[in-house]
Amino acid sequence: MSNITDPKITAIRALIVKHKRWDQVFAIIGLLSMMVGVVTLIALFIDLLIDGSGRLTWQFFTSFPSRHADQAGILSSWVGTILVMLVTALSGVPLGIAAGIYLEEYASRNWITDLIEINVTNLAGVPSIIYGLLALGLFVYQFDFGESVLTAGLTLGLLILPVVIVGTREAIRSIPSSIREGAYAVGATKWQTIRDHVLPYSTAGIMTGVIIGMARAIGETAPIITIGALTFIAFLPPSPVTSQFPFLSFDWLMAPFTVLPIQMFSWVSRPQVAFLDNAAAAGVVIIVMTLAMNALAIVIRYRFRKRIKW
Amino acid sequence: MTTDVQSAVKPAVPRPNTYKKSRAIAAEPEIPNMEKTQHALKAQAKNLNFYYGGTVQALKSINLDLAEKHVTALIGPSGCGKSTFLRCFNRMHDLYPNNRYDGEILIHPDNINILGAKVDPIEVRMRISMVFQKPNPFPKSIYENVAYGLRVRGVKRRSMVDDKVEEALRGAALWDEAKDRLQDLAFNLSGGQQQRLCIARALATDPEILLFDEPTSALDPIATASIEELIAELKEKLTILIVTHNMQQAARVSDFTAFMHLGELVEFGDTNTIFTNPTNKRTEDYITGRYG
Repeated sequence: MSNITDPKITAIRALIVKHKRWDQVFAIIGLLSMMVGVVTLIALFIDLLIDGSGRLTWQFFTSFPSRHADQAGILSSWVGTILVMLVTALSGVPLGIAAGIYLEEYASRNWITDLIEINVTNLAGVPSIIYGLLALGLFVYQFDFGESVLTAGLTLGLLILPVVIVGTREAIRSIPSSIREGAYAVGATKWQTIRDHVLPYSTAGIMTGVIIGMARAIGETAPIITIGALTFIAFLPPSPVTSQFPFLSFDWLMAPFTVLPIQMFSWVSRPQVAFLDNAAAAGVVIIVMTLAMNALAIVIRYRFRKRIKW
Repeated sequence: MTTDVQSAVKPAVPRPNTYKKSRAIAAEPEIPNMEKTQHALKAQAKNLNFYYGGTVQALKSINLDLAEKHVTALIGPSGCGKSTFLRCFNRMHDLYPNNRYDGEILIHPDNINILGAKVDPIEVRMRISMVFQKPNPFPKSIYENVAYGLRVRGVKRRSMVDDKVEEALRGAALWDEAKDRLQDLAFNLSGGQQQRLCIARALATDPEILLFDEPTSALDPIATASIEELIAELKEKLTILIVTHNMQQAARVSDFTAFMHLGELVEFGDTNTIFTNPTNKRTEDYITGRYG
């Protein structure tokens, strides 16, 4: 170590200091940008929580909507949300996974599949109200399903279809070809390879896609309003389990319904201030449901990944 | 030997003979080939050309005989087509679009051209198994990895699967290390053990030919030695074709060696002869380390 500092080294140090200033500048810009998003969201949620906390009681969950804000509850809407989500999952998920597998594993690569691929990705960006219009024409008028749980579930099923397809394809694509070749090399057919390897190893990824799709569907309001869901429902759909043979009933599929976002919407548009608190409480319930689904997606991904390392 | 698996592996009914006499004569190899009288033939590549994506020619008129229950090594510089040639033997190229074979690979004794349009690639893979460059165990238990070939063939009886799994693991010299942890995840094995597991997986279904695609390139020297030892034992029972980057390995494990360069089979013969007295200048240059 010498004490004499070479002028060249001094110049280099000055340059580094100058360049590093940009590091700091960008770090601050980035931090601010991030805060805009995160702080706003947290503030919104806390605001909802403060407004709605007074209404988040057991009675709120077990009461039907009412003319009196303090007696109104979300029983019919949370039951409706769960039933609609059930139909959405049962229709959208199998179709989406099957379509994803077909596109990724079976379809030959040509301009038609390229076109389908581009369109599937684009479908994920189509405004949800367009799905509502389609469903109004197809399910409500053409198939005569009415403004029912079935119509809403199928509509949202279509809405999540592209998300599930894209998620499935990405999950499948992440399986290394060496694993597939290993299966084919011992004489497996394409379906055996998919059933025994491709699907089991991509479950985490597929589930993530499914849950992200469901989390999007749970908050959808526009398509549900378009198909004509009611805002004031003071009864529950018929129970799916009956006391008589065959103990299962599907009448609930055709029942009129409401869902949480619509209930919230209807309360927000009321003139009485007391209903705004109800809307805030319903909003908290929707956000918690969505966050819970996303948390589930993370847990599933983590648990499956832990087992599989390529 | 369990009869059920045997019959699943080897077609009981002889298939129509797609071997064309006239063509075979026309395609008589010009390059020096092994003395056909001494060893039973297991497979013959005849005038084999291969095109990636239908256009890029990766193999040019390859003629090669595989002696039954012997080890044949394919050597040559990177990109010379040795792996491509190996993968023709179990139709791995069929997994990717537009690849095209031209020519024949005949399997004896039934004389089937396994590249024939009427032959199902799955049937070929059931008779000819493969071990890959990088160990590729399934993310399942050790037991399920070995049993997979049997599951694919619909073998259900627990006792039979147990027996075959043990036999295959013994055959791959992995039984002693694995017998107490058969339900362990295969990823928990070391690299060398994983590769032996992959060999066991290939052995469980009694293949007639076992293909090795640079099986030790991802392994340390000790694991490499154990795999080489294993190959020497395995040739008592089956025919082996091995691609290797390592010339010492080819010299150690193989009975016959083929030198490939730029998609052509340059020289083929007894391993001793190839390494001590090659006839072709290119072979000699490669073996003496002038390129590669």
